[in-house]
Amino acid sequence: MKDVKVLGPGCAKCKATAEVIAAVAKESGAAVTLSKVEDMREIVGYGVMSTPAVVVDGKVVHAGSVPARAQVQGWLA
Amino acid sequence: MSASADAPRAPSTLPWLGGTAAGLALWALLYSQLVPFSEWAVSLLPVERQSHLGEAIAFFLYDVPKVLLLLTVVVFAMGVVRSFFSPERTRALLAGKREGVGNAMAASLGIVTPFCSCSAVPLFIGFVSAGVPLGVTFSFLIAAPMVNEVALGLLFALLGWQVALTYLAFGLGIAIVAGWVIGRLKLEGWLEPWVLQIHAGTAEIPEDASTWPDRIRAGLSAIREIVGRVWHWIIAGIAMGALIHGYAPEELLASVMGKDAWWSVPAAVVIGIPMYSNAAGIIPVVEALLGKGAALGTVLAFMMSVIALSLPEMIILRKVLSVKLIAVFVAVVGSGILAVGFLFNLLFA
Repeated sequence: MKDVKVLGPGCAKCKATAEVIAAVAKESGAAVTLSKVEDMREIVGYGVMSTPAVVVDGKVVHAGSVPARAQVQGWLA
Repeated sequence: MSASADAPRAPSTLPWLGGTAAGLALWALLYSQLVPFSEWAVSLLPVERQSHLGEAIAFFLYDVPKVLLLLTVVVFAMGVVRSFFSPERTRALLAGKREGVGNAMAASLGIVTPFCSCSAVPLFIGFVSAGVPLGVTFSFLIAAPMVNEVALGLLFALLGWQVALTYLAFGLGIAIVAGWVIGRLKLEGWLEPWVLQIHAGTAEIPEDASTWPDRIRAGLSAIREIVGRVWHWIIAGIAMGALIHGYAPEELLASVMGKDAWWSVPAAVVIGIPMYSNAAGIIPVVEALLGKGAALGTVLAFMMSVIALSLPEMIILRKVLSVKLIAVFVAVVGSGILAVGFLFNLLFA
């Protein structure tokens, strides 16, 4: 079970990021808990400076853009 | 190019570079056909070419493809350049820099570092908590939205490279000086208290783009994202500009926005503050106004105010800055824009 968090203050790109991850997880059947972190203090606490950012099992794997499908597949594999 | 030294990468790099060259060649061909195309399109319509309506339509049909073509190539180039930078790398370059040099570096890096105003808060905290001085951080935050690829691309497309370069130089100048002034005022105490308590870690984020195909892909996705977001504003702006071009009386505009009306510069700055999302639509209107006798300084002040002093961004920054600090920010940047407006009206009389 992978714990995936999307960090971002709720902008359009953050929603798109969560959607890509949900879609890839559904396709590949990976077991994932997906949550959004919108609180600015918490986001900053991860050391991230550009949103949307993605955290997988507590580790920041991506920041600053909507990730490509291939990248998401890599994180969930 | 070190393609031969990097054997596994070479086979996939070549098609990308070739594709880019082919794309640019096609672009140049389209660009060279703009005037014949617009004249041909107007001749198909049942309007007199020399009439007001004919003028307005010809202006519209020439400007829309021209602006979109030029913007596309500028956004692509900027997307490729930006793939060499990241906020994390910029922060590392700026941490512990002295004021002065730091302000100039921050403003320049603001142009090439990927930045979206929805990331302004985490970026601000990330910079300040890593030891980037407050004034230097402000230089970055002023330059990043003001000197952006859409503004530069449109100015270049519509008003020529001289105006685009001048805008670049004065935009950087304002960011450097305003950041330096804010730094001198020692306003660290006016930050929201929780900001200074946070000691944000520095996340090690894996690089996305490191090969040429990745960088070209970054340029293409910048086109999709940015041109996709602003094209309808540009068309609306050019339609507006075409109407002004065909119909607006010259004397009226010259008396309201001309260089003799000194009050038009502060008025332009104040009107520009609440406007934000339609910055892409404003530049085509600005071009038409200039053609009808508006003064360059007034028009530039308006543009800078629309882009650099935006109400939505201030609301976002309110989370980390006190109202007093935001007021200082607006006052300092606004004075810089006023100075540029007056200076231009004086120099280009």
